[in-house]
Order: sequence, then C-alpha cells, then structure tokens
Amino acid sequence: MRQTLDYLKETPSQTAGPYVHIGLAPGAAGFDIYAQELGHDIAGPNAKGERIRVEGGVIDGMGSPIKDVLLEAWQANADGIYAHPEHLGEVEDGFRGWGRVIPDFETGNWTFETVKPGAVTDLNGRQMAPHISLWIVARGINVGLQTRLYFSDEAAANATDPVLNLIEWERRRATLIAERTDSDGTPVYRFDIKLQGEDETVFFDI
Amino acid sequence: MKPGPYYQRDRQWQPPALTPDYKTSVSRSPQYSMISLETTVSEITGPVFGHNDIDPIDKDLLSNYAKPGESPIGERIILHGRVLDENAKPVPNTLLEIWQANAGGRYRHKKDTYLAPIDPNFGGCGRTLTDENGYYAFRTVKPGAYPWRNWVNNWRPAHVHISIFGSAFAQRLITQCYFEGDPLIAKCPIVNSIPDPDAVDQLVARLDLNSTIPLDTITYKFDIVLRGRRSTLFENRPEGN
Repeated sequence: MRQTLDYLKETPSQTAGPYVHIGLAPGAAGFDIYAQELGHDIAGPNAKGERIRVEGGVIDGMGSPIKDVLLEAWQANADGIYAHPEHLGEVEDGFRGWGRVIPDFETGNWTFETVKPGAVTDLNGRQMAPHISLWIVARGINVGLQTRLYFSDEAAANATDPVLNLIEWERRRATLIAERTDSDGTPVYRFDIKLQGEDETVFFDI
Repeated sequence: MKPGPYYQRDRQWQPPALTPDYKTSVSRSPQYSMISLETTVSEITGPVFGHNDIDPIDKDLLSNYAKPGESPIGERIILHGRVLDENAKPVPNTLLEIWQANAGGRYRHKKDTYLAPIDPNFGGCGRTLTDENGYYAFRTVKPGAYPWRNWVNNWRPAHVHISIFGSAFAQRLITQCYFEGDPLIAKCPIVNSIPDPDAVDQLVARLDLNSTIPLDTITYKFDIVLRGRRSTLFENRPEGN
C-alpha cells in the first residue's frame, strides 16, 4: 500500500463583502430579525477591572476611512483569563470577552467599550502584555486580517512582550500601541489601523 | 497527548491579499509581510456560543422574516453539510452565520441600491450551531446573481456568505458558497482571487439529490474545513521555558 497523508485542506476564505452586517449585525444593516444580536457587550455587567473605551478607524491605502468594515475583538478579563475551556481560571458571570465593532457608515469611525484586559500567561508560562486581539473583515479584504491592540500605559509590559518583540523593526511596534487619553473620567484609547503606507499596521499570520 | 498549536494557514491555498482584478483589494491589501506567529493562548481560545444565544427559527430563512402564512419568492433550498477540521475531525457546537441576496439578487442592506426589488418576506440572514457531529443545515431560497462595480460588466455568481467560528480565534473564517453548474463562477474576479482551481472547487456546493425533499425543497451540500491542530507527542521544553 502506498502511504498517503489524509489531511483536509482549509476552506478558502472569501471577502466578507460590503454587506457583512446583514449576517453579523443585521440591526446595523437596517432591520430587526433576531431576538438577540451577538457581540454587543464584550465584558458584561459583572466584569471587574477598569472600564475603557476604544476609538479608531480602519484606513485604506488612499488615506480614506473604510466605512464598510467589521471588526471582532477577543480579549481576556482583568485577571488575564479567557472565557474558554482551555484556559484555566474563572471569568465573571456574563463575561465573554468577545464583541463586534461596527463603524458609522458615514464616517468610518468606530468605538467600543470593554474592560482593560490583564496580562496573560501563555501556555508555555510566558507573560504577554495586556492586549486585545482584533480581526478585520471588509470588502476588498480576501482573508480576515489579524492584529493586536496594546496599551500605551503598559510600557514596561510591552517592552518584554514576546509577540511585540518578534517584530524586527522597533518603529513598527508602535503601530500596535493604542494611545491613552482621558475624557469625562473614562479612559479612551485611540487605535487607527492603517492597511498600507509608511505606518502600515502590523498584521499577524497566526 | 495534549492538543497543541494550530497548523499554519496555507497561504498558497488561501487567496493573497492583493488581487488586482478585484479592484477594491488594491488599496485594502497590506503591503508589508505579515509577522508569522505560532498560536499563543490568545489564538487557541475563542468565543464560545450556546443554545441560549440563538433561536431554532434563526436557521430557517424561509420563515425567520416572513409574515405569518407567507414565504419568500424563489427556489426553495436546503444548504447543509459538516464542519470538520484539517484532521477530518468534526467541529461540534460551533456558530455558523450566513447572509445572502434574495432570489432577485438584492440584499436587505441600507447601502444596497440595486434595482431588483426587496422581498418583503426575506431578511437574508440566518445562524445555527453545528450538532455533536459537526452537522449543520439551513433552509433558504437560492440567491440570485447580481451586478457589481468592478469592471463595467461584472456579475457575482449566486452565493451564500458563511461565517464560522470554530473553537479558536485562529480558526475564524468567512467564505462564500457557490452552486454547482453556475457559469458565472469561472468569470468572477472575487472567486478568481483564489489561485488554485482545486481550492475554488472546494467552494462549490454540490446538488445533493439524495437529501432533496421530493415536491418540496432542493438540497445542496457544502462541507467546511477549519484549521486543524497538532497534538503534543514529545515535550522538548519543560513547562515554563
């Protein structure tokens, strides 16, 4: 018998297209169909930790905001625990750590509210600085883009983060740091994602 | 054996970011190389969904937006299949969400202005969880082809958009399912963003006559494969290093 490998191939990705909101956020597309839409509340009402707001935009190679984008955020809780059976530890009741981010279709600006995640211990025991994983889909994006948001007020943790340190060009690491400002007593982090150009955001092939 | 990192995504099988015949990709494709990263705990975890998150009717697009006693116009179809990983293991309890144009090729979206009419009985989206064997099924109408601005005269083949979670953020995937026999498939710049013809063929649902309900609904079968993962057979580095 001839030896064979019997792996399957991953289904090819296709662009989410301009109307991704119909499937993932029908309210934003303009109609009401589900008893509950998913992804509106990342942290839930019982989450410990600092309540924060993240504001940003996704900018194309012409410098224009992408108005038909959709992002998903995935993060640990304030103790650095993911709401997932493979990550040991408890999360607060109602904490999913996942949400969907929809821009204003006229301006492309988006915002989401959550709690600031804690540092995460990887399975090999290494510490990762607090971060939010982001997945970006839109018309013109053939495979969803993966990146990470880190926090400007975590400079010491960022300096030793194993993933940031994989980026050979130190200048490019700055593209993953959200800048903190405080407005009305709420910490606000600004995170613009640039798909091209000198300040192109770092994307990961994970 | 412990489950380990996910297999790397085959970037020669997946479409590249820059595919100039699909014009919008030109200004939306990153130009620097991505940073390759073995999956960390942030990627081998991902959101978990359950039956409390959705309703059984959500998977029936023939009725989930229709007025009582009415149903959408179009060819009634069942779209079903299994979600597997690259090791051919079923992916149970994973969330699938679909969206599509109606039978005339019109989307229910405030930004779609195509002249084909909105169907008052068709929303165009659905969602379900796979069962313990990775199996899923939706009931819907076959979507129509529609024109789009790329070249002057581009028509999308009939397609259903599908979003799948898997059990890890690394498996997150959005794709489109096409229908066997559609002559527009070969002409579509979005389909042709995929370089390998076998990979394109993986996106073409097959007419499944055995599962068709006589005098009622035609069935198409569409299996989905998510990334698989290694098992840790040998520990070279003790925990903590």
